[in-house]
Amino acid sequence: MWPDGSQPARLPLFSDPVGFAMANALSRRAFLAGVATLPLMRPADAGDSLTFEQLYDKITVLGLSFSDKVKALAGKTVSIRGFMAPPLKAEAKFFVLTEIPMSICPFCDSDSDWPSNIVVVYIDDKTTFLPPSKLIEVTGTLEVGSWTDPETGFVSQLRLVHSSFETV
Amino acid sequence: MRTLLLALAASTALIGTAGAATVYPLDRATILAGSPFDFKVEFDGSVKAEDVKIAINGADYKAALGGEVEFIASEKGKDDVDLGSAVLLRGAKIDKAGAYTLEVSAGDQKKSVTWDVYATPETPKAKNVIFLLGDGLSVAHRTAARLMSKGMTEGKANGRLAMDDLDHMAFIGTSSTHSIATDSANTMSAYMTGHKSRVNALGVYADRTPATMDDPKVETIAEALRRTTKKSIGVVTTSEIEDATPAAVVSHTRKRDEKAAIVGMFYDVKPEVVLGGGSAYFLAKDVPGSKRKDDKDYIKLFQEAGYTLATDKDELQKAAGSDKILGLFHTGNMDTQLDRAFLKKGTVGKFPNQPGLVEMTQVALDQLSKNEDGFFLMVEAASIDKMSHPMDWERAIVDTIEFDKAIAVARKFQESHPDTLIVVTGDHTHGVSVIGTIDDDKPGTEMREKVGTYDDAGFPNYEDKDADGYPDNVDVSRRLAIFANNYPDHYETFRPKLDNPFQPAVKSESGAYVANEAYKDVPGAVFVQGNLPKSADTAVHAVDDVVLQAAGPGAEGFKGYMEQSDVYKVLADTLAIGAKQ
Repeated sequence: MWPDGSQPARLPLFSDPVGFAMANALSRRAFLAGVATLPLMRPADAGDSLTFEQLYDKITVLGLSFSDKVKALAGKTVSIRGFMAPPLKAEAKFFVLTEIPMSICPFCDSDSDWPSNIVVVYIDDKTTFLPPSKLIEVTGTLEVGSWTDPETGFVSQLRLVHSSFETV
Repeated sequence: MRTLLLALAASTALIGTAGAATVYPLDRATILAGSPFDFKVEFDGSVKAEDVKIAINGADYKAALGGEVEFIASEKGKDDVDLGSAVLLRGAKIDKAGAYTLEVSAGDQKKSVTWDVYATPETPKAKNVIFLLGDGLSVAHRTAARLMSKGMTEGKANGRLAMDDLDHMAFIGTSSTHSIATDSANTMSAYMTGHKSRVNALGVYADRTPATMDDPKVETIAEALRRTTKKSIGVVTTSEIEDATPAAVVSHTRKRDEKAAIVGMFYDVKPEVVLGGGSAYFLAKDVPGSKRKDDKDYIKLFQEAGYTLATDKDELQKAAGSDKILGLFHTGNMDTQLDRAFLKKGTVGKFPNQPGLVEMTQVALDQLSKNEDGFFLMVEAASIDKMSHPMDWERAIVDTIEFDKAIAVARKFQESHPDTLIVVTGDHTHGVSVIGTIDDDKPGTEMREKVGTYDDAGFPNYEDKDADGYPDNVDVSRRLAIFANNYPDHYETFRPKLDNPFQPAVKSESGAYVANEAYKDVPGAVFVQGNLPKSADTAVHAVDDVVLQAAGPGAEGFKGYMEQSDVYKVLADTLAIGAKQ
């Protein structure tokens, strides 16, 4: 049930029933917020969605700097649209969200590398993955700043944690 | 799989006269006299230390190699699997030239290898070497660049490329130690060390252990120059500076993707001029945009070591004349010349003021030539390869033209500095050919019917009204028909990709690469079924020979067919780096 008592207009589209079950296990808050940001339901001035263009206010050789909007939304529930990069494993608890579809797989090829403006998405349980050509919307809690994944050593600057996602 | 490997090893033992032990450097290695190298023997299974016998030319090995091996009872593989015993001597060295036959035995395992240790003349033939490498440069790239840049009338080129006038040449065999096929790491490593190696390896032989930093090392040209000369060293590229080709000038690692470590290897050697992309691996991990996993700030470390930093075209001009220059113009690979100078696509919006290969080469030469003892400069046109993989031929060819302009800068320098050897080559080839033209004015709507071959190809109608050497427009009505002979599933559009570099295939849910639907609706596009495994995301390197060309003192050493590793010997001879200067 939703705050206004209605049923959700669209359910998250997962690639398999297992994934769907996992989505239901996600935190209620993140899930609700995700639905609230759907275009049809979103108020015109909704402040909880971000685009890749809004992540950084400066991109230079000496580093990127987070935008004021990103800094303000740190710790809050945020939605970002992007593409799921080819994953490290067929099933994993995190994936990389990119601005444009990745035709290459930096996890698999030693001669390819990530773009600098990726967002790492953590989900609460393992899921299978969507093709990188499908636009998805991810909703989760925004974490800002350098963090090293203890399991994989993967370093990220921006993360959505306890996330859910759906195809757009 | 393991059983199969063991079976293969056993059958090799039956065929060969010697047993299953592997010796590094490998049989028929060519080694610069006096250069340090790691000597390793890997035994098949466990052997006892007291059973290991090593003789060189029939005598005890210790005097010949200048040290004693360490015995490793059991090397460990993945999941702690026992790989067998080994012996290892780091930093071995043979000072006297000659044939060295090494015989190793332990129990019933025997192996014999012969190394050719070569000296160089006492006197250098040239003071400077400019080594210009077009990554993936194949014959088709040269032909297409000449046709696009100079044009053709009645079957004769209307002009010559700078690379067309280099007077010595050789065919180069690029194969790796474990495969006929090859990549930019082991190929450039062969040029820069004189030793062939395995795909992905730089400055090492690839041993059997999984660790990427413990493999048997060989000396790089930068280290040899530091050891025996006072020459300056420059490394210039349009890729990340820590990408395989530039990395091969200074690096030792089994895996080219150890990019953070490779930055440290540049710092260890400290080439006087370092220009390219790839700043992300110089930034400490807490800086957004960093790709390091530690807190090292190599920008600061290089600055503290006396380097002037340049981050765009203007800063590069200002830095020109400094003693040491670190120029980093992109967090990743720099954009192609077609994007940088003409289309403003790719990531040019984010990094709008990147210098080109020509400017970088000029600044490097101005700085390096101040050293009275001379210099070694490596210049790489990286995107010829990076755009040939996705079959984005216009970007690959325009970068070949840019590469040729950098060669022209080097040739001009050579006019006033005749004591300079210029080498122009590729590291490996691509399976690509120019087969005619694509003529929009041919009748019909099917683009395939507009491909002109034989007599129907005619001549392309590119124009260069501003005489800058680049076509004013690559999307002309009668353009070059360039095709790869190997590919993943993709849509052939028969047109230049004016928006962004071509991405022929994308990964599907099943993990297979499938044609990128983004090109499906381009008018006239046709689906092309791949002929590579479905795991291939783009076209691959060819095994075909590379054409190397050279001019200047020492260039006469390049002729006929040569192994890629033999090129190093010509460079060593020319600069006399076998002799202390």
